[in-house]
Amino acid sequence: MCSTCGCNQPDDEIKMTVAGEEAKSHNHHKHHHHDKDKHHGHHHHDEHDHEHQHSHDHHHQENDLEHAHHSHGHDHQHKVIKIEQDILYKNQMLGERNRGFFEAKDIMAINIISSPGSGKTTLLEKTLIKLKDKLPFYVVEGDQQTMRDADRINATGVPVIQINTGNGCHLDAEMIRNAVKKLNVKEKSVLIIENVGNLVCPSLFDLGEKHRIVLMSVTEGDDKPIKYPTAFMHAGICIFSKTDLLPHVDFDIEQAKTYARQVNPDIKFFELSAKSGDGMNEWCDWLTGMVL
Amino acid sequence: MHELSIAMSIVDIASENAERAGAKKILEVEIDLGALSGVDYESLKFSLEIAAQHSLLENAAFVINQIAAKAKCKNCNIEYDVANYFTPCPKCNQFANEITAGEELKVKSIVTE
Repeated sequence: MCSTCGCNQPDDEIKMTVAGEEAKSHNHHKHHHHDKDKHHGHHHHDEHDHEHQHSHDHHHQENDLEHAHHSHGHDHQHKVIKIEQDILYKNQMLGERNRGFFEAKDIMAINIISSPGSGKTTLLEKTLIKLKDKLPFYVVEGDQQTMRDADRINATGVPVIQINTGNGCHLDAEMIRNAVKKLNVKEKSVLIIENVGNLVCPSLFDLGEKHRIVLMSVTEGDDKPIKYPTAFMHAGICIFSKTDLLPHVDFDIEQAKTYARQVNPDIKFFELSAKSGDGMNEWCDWLTGMVL
Repeated sequence: MHELSIAMSIVDIASENAERAGAKKILEVEIDLGALSGVDYESLKFSLEIAAQHSLLENAAFVINQIAAKAKCKNCNIEYDVANYFTPCPKCNQFANEITAGEELKVKSIVTE
């Protein structure tokens, strides 16, 4: 399945790169489009055989037990096939499969979602520096382009893989499955997935994580939880970042919490500044407590 | 932006089911789209036209059922219409509710030839 944009332009291909290695793209898109060409061929053949326009008051037949010789001439029968399948079903299945793998291997997976520029990578860098000697970490970085985030994480000494989604706006369960294989994530570890900076699309795609964290910085609007409710609805934890800037901005943290609780009454909050270190201990203690 | 990948999944699901039934052409696809599904109706329609090209769904009609959102209050146990995830219960004004409709995002059926 082509999991993002579906285009086969070279710069749209999904690339996975372990920091320090050369970029290798995978063949996903080509395969997909090859399939489509096949359909195209069939289709032409089909059109050649019957070139009639069909009127729309056709006979619907429940389900598909008959497909034989009744469709000669002009009297085409149409069949209704019941499907009732969730469109995100494939991703949900793969997400659950990832979840099972993580559970069996005792890997705690965390999916961090935020707008671009909220401070995901900085929080991650500071967290890894504080905790990397205590806990074995692995990081998956999602961005449309560049190795910049993976290079920053790599500098902390933690194994990291960068997924470049090209034009894609989110990570999906299949990308995570491939990334985890390539990164060779070991048992009893913490896997942190930094999603593509986007508060809309990543919310729909389960990656198999145990904890989903939504991050918002105090330079954003305190009404973000009700403007982008899906992101807050499905997250167990909300982190307010860049709190060192609070004296300079109009952000009302209590108001933001009220909005977030309207969407998700059980959401848990952390307030911190990765830059000044305020609130980092509470966050790191929680993270450590979840693993040990 | 994610509507295109949703549309491509719809094309895949419909095509797989049609092929399994031995059909060569899909005339109609019926889709349930909840108001809280996170997918925009207009951009899904637009994306479906693109995703359907060169597939069994070329020229197929897309029937999209837009489903209104409902929630059930955990305190009062009543069901009420909601516009979003944070519409309080009209009786007790609490936000603690469970969404009972409006998160649908599925392919209901296809009509094949």
